[in-house]
Amino acid sequence: MDEQPEEHPQTRALHESHSADHGGGEHLLSQLVAHLREHRTRLREEWSQRIQQAHLLTAMTPQEMAAETTSVYDNYVEVLETGNVEALQHYARDLSERIIPRGVETHEVVGIVLLLRDVLARSLFAKYHEDFNKLNRILDAYEPAANRIANTVAVGFVQERERVIRQQQEAIRELSTPVLQVRERLLILPIIGVIDPQRARQLTEQLLRAIRTNRAKVVVIDITGVAAMDGNVANHLVQTVEASRLLGATVIVTGLSPEIAQTLVTIGVDLSEMATVGDLQGGIEEAERLLGYKVLPLAEVGSQS
Amino acid sequence: MPDEIRWEIAVDRDVVQARQSAREQAAEAGFSAGDQTVIAAAVSEIARNILMYARRGTVTLRVESNDHRRGIIVVARDDGPGIADIPRALQDGFSTSGGLGVGLPGSRRLMDEFEVQSQPGQGTTITMKKWKRHG
Amino acid sequence: MEVPILKQGFYLIASIQSALTDEDLSQLREALVERVGRLRARGVIVDVTALDVMDSFAVRTLRDLAHMTRLRGAETVIVGIQPEVAFAMVQLGLTLKGVATALDLEEGLEFLDRSGRERTNRA
Repeated sequence: MDEQPEEHPQTRALHESHSADHGGGEHLLSQLVAHLREHRTRLREEWSQRIQQAHLLTAMTPQEMAAETTSVYDNYVEVLETGNVEALQHYARDLSERIIPRGVETHEVVGIVLLLRDVLARSLFAKYHEDFNKLNRILDAYEPAANRIANTVAVGFVQERERVIRQQQEAIRELSTPVLQVRERLLILPIIGVIDPQRARQLTEQLLRAIRTNRAKVVVIDITGVAAMDGNVANHLVQTVEASRLLGATVIVTGLSPEIAQTLVTIGVDLSEMATVGDLQGGIEEAERLLGYKVLPLAEVGSQS
Repeated sequence: MPDEIRWEIAVDRDVVQARQSAREQAAEAGFSAGDQTVIAAAVSEIARNILMYARRGTVTLRVESNDHRRGIIVVARDDGPGIADIPRALQDGFSTSGGLGVGLPGSRRLMDEFEVQSQPGQGTTITMKKWKRHG
Repeated sequence: MEVPILKQGFYLIASIQSALTDEDLSQLREALVERVGRLRARGVIVDVTALDVMDSFAVRTLRDLAHMTRLRGAETVIVGIQPEVAFAMVQLGLTLKGVATALDLEEGLEFLDRSGRERTNRA
């Protein structure tokens, strides 16, 4: 270990930063890592207690807590030692993937990592409090590393949460736009609400796949429930009609409001080319006619045979 | 996955290989089936354009990814006659070869970012990108 | 790469198995047109189920094929366009306008039968 002789304060400061740059810092880091490993059980226990006192991770059982704190502690020390940022990011993502399903919140994750940082820092104070200079140097090595860990874990957690939320939104969107098979070879796609480009795209993909799976020959797209449509989405509707035709299906659009009809005309759609019917019921009847079904009033059915 | 893939475009067969390879790369990068088709189609169009107008050139493909998103970047380069009027070339239905004229404007519609650098007599470089968010 | 062309009654069926170069597509078109003339076929089905990309050249070629066969008295139907391919096509602005399309071989045959009957009725 590089013990500096008593020097003028300014020279000492220079030497200290010099030795930090030239392996002194690394050497100190491995010292403190050894210390943290040596007192692993005690420090981990202290940390667990602090977590409980702060009412964090309440969603976890004691066994789960024990398992997680062990894992987090060991990985924390590992990252301190190696300084490997990639491994840290990987670890942060892993951790997030594990605990998000358990209902852990962002403030809890940040909270426990900061508590661990504090617990370890305190133990460093306790060990080196007699040598102020050494304590300072040790903290110089410890603090940036610990802060980087806290930062990376927090960011990793937030990103993972965002990813999960996006996935859930995607699933909701899928569920909320069912393509209905009403009769053989006839599909109905009722569209309700606001359509953003992403949803429009998803609707089209779902519809095209459904046409293929159900071997549909006629599709009724009902837009009664759509309040407004901008040029982009209107264009998208036209593309959907065209793509459906490529799969051998005829599309009937129903529920076209005057406003939307205007939008379509504005973007250059020839409405006489697009099969439209006033309402959904009318559209279904037209579809059945195209498919060769004859719709008879109930009274007549008996007399037919 | 390699950092960058390059294809020499000189004959018919190269266009097919370029687009098949582009689809594979897109699949590996995690793009949906629909996006894979779109990327393959765009690569097919610009690769064919190289063949038609410049006789030979290269298409390179690279995947870029950061914390938020991942993207595919395609660059088509040739030393052909160049494009005199870029805005016009990007217009729908315009074609100097009597074709459908969907090559440039069509590809542009398919991709998220699209850039054309060209001068008559100095060849053409087309850069196009498609992004997908993580997760 | 040659695409096999089958004869089924008065119809010709070409099933594309794998990715074709522009040259292959052109050859296919010529072969079909030639056979329509020689065999007096009434319908042509081109099955593109195996094509995972349809770009402007493919579309142009298929349109030309439909046009040429019609001049020789035969109707052409394109079948098997994949959902993703159809979507990419419309985004590219390729619509195969004026060319009959159907979901699959079965639908394609039914279409040809129907349009054949309609033509006979009109005659």
